[in-house]
Amino acid sequence: MSEAMVQVRDVHKAYVRGKQTVDVLHGLTLDIPRGDFVALMGPSGSGKTTLLNLIGGLDSPTSGEILVGGERIDRLSGGQLAKWRARNVGFVFQFYNLMPVLTAERNVELPLLLTPLSAAQRRKSVAVALEVVGLSDRARHKPKELSGGQEQRVAIARALVSDPALLICDEPTGDLDRKTADEILGLLQVLNRDHGKTVVMVTHDPKAAEFASRTLHLEKGQLLEQATSAA
Amino acid sequence: MTRTGFVLANLTRRKTRTALTLLSILTAFLLFGLLQAVNVLFSAGADFVGATRLVTQARVSFTQSLPMRLLPQIESVPGVEDVMWQQWFGAVWQENTQLIFLAVDPVRLRAVYPEYVMPDAQWKAFAETRTSMIVGRNLADQYGWKTGEKVPISSNIFPQKDGSKNWIFDLVGIYDGKDAQWQRNTNVGWINYDYFDEANLFGRGAAGTYTIRLANPDQARQVAETIDAMFENSPDETKTQTEKDFNIGFFKQIGDIGLIVRWILFAVFFTLLLVVGNTIAQSVRERIPEFAILKTLGFSDASVLGFVLAEAAALCVIGGLLGLGLATPLGIAIADATGGNLPIAVDHRVWLMGLAAIVLLSLAVGLLPALRAGRLTIVDALAGR
Repeated sequence: MSEAMVQVRDVHKAYVRGKQTVDVLHGLTLDIPRGDFVALMGPSGSGKTTLLNLIGGLDSPTSGEILVGGERIDRLSGGQLAKWRARNVGFVFQFYNLMPVLTAERNVELPLLLTPLSAAQRRKSVAVALEVVGLSDRARHKPKELSGGQEQRVAIARALVSDPALLICDEPTGDLDRKTADEILGLLQVLNRDHGKTVVMVTHDPKAAEFASRTLHLEKGQLLEQATSAA
Repeated sequence: MTRTGFVLANLTRRKTRTALTLLSILTAFLLFGLLQAVNVLFSAGADFVGATRLVTQARVSFTQSLPMRLLPQIESVPGVEDVMWQQWFGAVWQENTQLIFLAVDPVRLRAVYPEYVMPDAQWKAFAETRTSMIVGRNLADQYGWKTGEKVPISSNIFPQKDGSKNWIFDLVGIYDGKDAQWQRNTNVGWINYDYFDEANLFGRGAAGTYTIRLANPDQARQVAETIDAMFENSPDETKTQTEKDFNIGFFKQIGDIGLIVRWILFAVFFTLLLVVGNTIAQSVRERIPEFAILKTLGFSDASVLGFVLAEAAALCVIGGLLGLGLATPLGIAIADATGGNLPIAVDHRVWLMGLAAIVLLSLAVGLLPALRAGRLTIVDALAGR
C-alpha cells in the first residue's frame, strides 16, 4: 500500500465571493496510498469538501500540485478533467443525486454512456455493479420507489460501474439512520478491502470514520494529525 | 439506454407540463400550417394550368361594371366555347343576412356551368319566367325555401324603379352539383337578368363580370391574354384570370391577407416563445444539481448543453410535426368544404417553412437555458449557489 494514489503538494485554494476572497486551503500537503480508506473530518468550513473536490477533479487549486494515479490533474482543462473523472473517479454524495426519471439500472448505466461499450456490455457491467451492492432485485425501480439506503447503494453502484480506482464520498451516510449507515459503510469497506478501491470519505460522524483505515483532521484549511483506525 | 433515451426520459419528468407544452406547440404549428397555406395561396402568381373557365372583370376592380357591348368581341375569341355575364345583386335576406345572388342569363348559365344540375322543366321556367330565381340546394335547405314560393329579397345596391330596394322573386328551381364537390358549392342564388335589368333603377345594360367556358383548358393563358389585349387602351380595359384566381381575388378584398397572416403568426410565435422558453428555463432551474451530477460523472459542458437543447428540440419537433401533420388533412378538408373556392394546401412549401420554424423555435427557446446548464460549475451547483 506504499504507492501513492493521491499526492497533494502545497495546495492553496481561495474562493472569491463577491468582493471578498476566502482562503480555504493553506499550503496543504497530503499523500494517500493506493488501496487506502481515508476519512476526512473537521468542523464546517475547515476545507474538507474543498479538498475532496480538488482530489476528485471537480475543482482546480489556486496553486500547488495534485497528482492522482501519477497524473497531474491540476494542469488539466475543464474538458480534460471531465474525461479524466469519467475514467478514474467514482463519486458518492450525501443526497444520492440519482436521476429521478431513470430506473436504478439506468442510473447505474449513465456513466457508461461515455464509454465505447456496446449496449450488451453496458447491461452486463450494470448487472455486476448492482450485484455488488446487493440491489439486483430493485434494478427496474425508480429512485422514489427505493429507501434512502437503497438509493445510496444505487449511487455506489453508479460510482463503481466504470471500475474507477478512486472513490470520492462526501458525507455518504449523512442522510441515513445508524443501521443503514453502517451497512453503507460496510459496503465501502468491502469495496476498499476486496476490490482494491481507494476511498476518500468526508464525514462529520466519528462512528463512520471508524470504518476507514485512517482519519485525517482538517481545521482552518490545514491538516492537524492523523489517526489510524482499528478497523 | 442511449443519450436519446435519456433526453426522452427527461420529457416524462412532469407529464402534465410536457403535455400542455406540447399542446401549445401543436396548436401553434396547426395554425402556422393553415395560415401559411393561405399565405402561399394568396401570394401565388396567376395559374392557368387546368383552368376550364376564365373570368373577365374591369381591370381596376370587379366592383366596376363592364358594358354589354364587349360580349360579341369576347365570344369571337378563338378557344371561347360559351360566355355568360353576371351582375352582383347585393342580396340581403330578412333583416341583415347577406347572400350571394347574381343576375344572369339562364341559358348561358346552364351552358357555362354544366356542373350544376336541375330538371329541364326548372331550367325552362328559369328562362321563361321574368321574375324567376333559382337557388342552390344548400341555400334552399338552410332557409327552408321550396320551389313555387315567392321569396322577398332586398338589395343593398340596386333599388327598383319605384325606389324600393325590396324585390320579390319566384323560386322556380333548386339546382344541385353534379358530384360531391359541386354539391358543397351550392350556396349561390341566381336571378333572371332580363327582369333585373328592366326593373332596376340604374346601371342597366352592364355586366359585373363575364365568365367564359373554354373549349380547351390548354388555351387558357392564350385566351385570357387575347381578351385583355383586345380592350387594352380602351375605356373598358379588362383583366382576365382563371375562375380560381378570381375567387381568391374576391377573398383578397378583405385586406392584405399576407400581412394579416404574418401578424397573426408573429403574435402566435411570440407567445409560444415566451411559454415554451419559460417552461424550458424553469425545467433547467429545477435540475441544476442533476446537470452538476452529469458533469461530475464526466459529461462535458457541450454534452450537457446538448442534452438541454435536445430536450427543447424534441418538444418543438414532436409538437411541430403533430401540428403540421394535423394541418395537412385539415387544409384538404377546408378546401373541400369551400367547394374548391379556397383551395389551400399544406404542401411541401408549407412543410419546409414549418420545419425551418421548428429549428428556429428550438434554438430560440433552448439555447439560453442550454448555455446556462453547460456553463454551470459543479462545485457551485452542488452547493446550491
